[in-house]
Amino acid sequence: MKGKLATLVAATAVAFSASFAAHAANELKIGFISTLSGPAGGIGIEIRDGFNLAVKLSGGKLGNLPTEVIFADDTLNPDTGRQLAERLLKRDRANLMTGVVFSNVMLAVWPTIEQAKVFYIAPNATPTSITGKGCSPYFFSASWPNEAHHEAAGEFANSKGYKNAYLIAPNYPAGKDALTGFKRMYKGNVVAEVYSKLNQLDYSAELAQIRAAHPDSLYAFLPGGMGINFIKQFVGAGLSKDIQLILPGFVSDQDVVRAVGDPMLGLFDTSHWAYDLDNDANRKFVAEFEKEYKRIPSLFAEQGYTAALIIDQAVRDAKGKVEDEKAFHAALMKAPERAKTPRGSFKEAANGTPIQDYYVRALVKDREGRIVNKKIGTILRDHKDFWAKDCGMK
Amino acid sequence: MPASLVLEQSLNGLQFGLMLFLLAAGLTLVFGIMDMINLAHGSLYMIGAYFMASFAQATGSFWLGLPLALIATGIVGALLEMSLLRRLYGRDHLTQVLATFAIILIANEVVRIAWGSQPVLLNTPAELSGPVTLPGGMQYASYRLAIIAVGAVVALLLYLLVTKTKVGMLVRAGASNREMAIAMGVNIRRLFTVVFALGAALCALAGAMLGPILAVQVGMGENILILAFVVIVIGGIGSIRGAFVGALLVGIVDTSGRAFLPLFFSLFLPPQFASAAGPAVASILIYLLMAVVLYFRPQGLFPARG
Repeated sequence: MKGKLATLVAATAVAFSASFAAHAANELKIGFISTLSGPAGGIGIEIRDGFNLAVKLSGGKLGNLPTEVIFADDTLNPDTGRQLAERLLKRDRANLMTGVVFSNVMLAVWPTIEQAKVFYIAPNATPTSITGKGCSPYFFSASWPNEAHHEAAGEFANSKGYKNAYLIAPNYPAGKDALTGFKRMYKGNVVAEVYSKLNQLDYSAELAQIRAAHPDSLYAFLPGGMGINFIKQFVGAGLSKDIQLILPGFVSDQDVVRAVGDPMLGLFDTSHWAYDLDNDANRKFVAEFEKEYKRIPSLFAEQGYTAALIIDQAVRDAKGKVEDEKAFHAALMKAPERAKTPRGSFKEAANGTPIQDYYVRALVKDREGRIVNKKIGTILRDHKDFWAKDCGMK
Repeated sequence: MPASLVLEQSLNGLQFGLMLFLLAAGLTLVFGIMDMINLAHGSLYMIGAYFMASFAQATGSFWLGLPLALIATGIVGALLEMSLLRRLYGRDHLTQVLATFAIILIANEVVRIAWGSQPVLLNTPAELSGPVTLPGGMQYASYRLAIIAVGAVVALLLYLLVTKTKVGMLVRAGASNREMAIAMGVNIRRLFTVVFALGAALCALAGAMLGPILAVQVGMGENILILAFVVIVIGGIGSIRGAFVGALLVGIVDTSGRAFLPLFFSLFLPPQFASAAGPAVASILIYLLMAVVLYFRPQGLFPARG
């Protein structure tokens, strides 16, 4: 009996020391949970490709540490995401987490990551409930707060002098948030605010109503396939001649452009990044991405790439001590100012969201005849997350 | 409300209904004649749209690509039937659901490997890309008129095929009483392969015609398949006429629900409730329709059997 107990204690001790050793080891293990299959898988793959490119360009190391990225596919299922987070944190002992595309998956995996006291670097979803009242030092966004593109679009409509905007979004929480963000900035008259079915195929009924309402502009937040359906049908109905369609940049970037083609021309969108931003880091990113993957990067690829650069900078500045929470958090908060990201240098607000510029982009053909999202102006400067005011952290 | 808006919305309903009919026609044939629940019908629709995108790109012409996509998808359908589905006819419906659901997952990944994970380009032919002005001054997308025309022609051809030809006679015999048809010496194996290939080609036609106004992407079939099932359940399983009437009913009810319900609610509800209730009720309207039809006619409107 005694012998057994001793063995057990010894085994436990070994197990503990093993786990301790894993944290102190000179190696970075990054758990990357993303949506890599199914209809929305294209977005996760863009983010992954951007992230992988940054790791490859720095010789397979981030922050001077040999880096292993463990990819896991959440298939856009929040439950699957939560199980993967458990597996990556407990079995694989990841010392950093990243990757999630969708806010609903993010909200499901977040409690697991926060309880494990592991830092999460967001390459996309930055939901308001994690950046406002529920903010946390372990959450760091390398992308943009969920409402920012919509706010920029509202401000852009002001700058163009649009007086009668028509708004459409799918009938689900992110759709309502999107239009709230737009209306926070937009000063003109909202002709109508329409919530269509989620995953709707045919928009002819909505388009007939839009035609009858005679707005001067139309703001449409319809992510993924819904946006492709809508844009094709909007242009086919001949509405683009009289009504200016404005989109948030993350539903009208290269992944959508490649599927819609010429009907995209003449639309405007808003984004925190553009492929033609004038700085060396961006030129390098775009050139290397095109060389590696034979396509123009979308903003999702930029977000994955920038997330990896920020990890690289923070780990380097913290001298590899990812497990020293205070030191790593301090390094992380300074990293966007020091890292050479394609967006240039930017500050991070105390709630872990970027304070950055937002641009308006026009969809035009470049010299080689490719349809690109070309930057035509800056619409918001050093814009901060609206919900940062609710966060208690300083 | 202006009369032109009512007219436009009616046209939209007709168009959406015929769009659904293209898909439901093949589904109801397979379901009714083979007594086989084929969830992978949506996958054939997806494959048809992808073939169409590739052939239209390769030939540089929408109209050359269309017959090629139909033939290619028909061949895929025939191969699928001969290799796999044939083994499922004798099994219960649950097994068929499981097996064809597996085909959906496999088809999605195969398409991803072959065409990549991002949506692909398929646009309207240039001559149909803009709106036309209808008599009365109303603007309407010319491509949607083309969908109405194709849907109507297919409905007519299928009607002639089923009622006036020998193949149609065998199809009807198989649908109404399979055992008797076998006893009378019908080569049911070959008939099933032909019907399935025809169903697949109809899928491809739906995918090819709808691709230019919808996203051509992995998983595009699942979304529309649900509507197609609603259509054939309302219309009566196995009946082309039922699929036609069911599709028009679903198209018109869905479109007018989205168009007119919010206005209707705003007559007697405060605006914030009306704007919430309108889309909510509109999105369940076709399922309400299905429930009502099934309550009064459990076999659907035009049952093919007995």
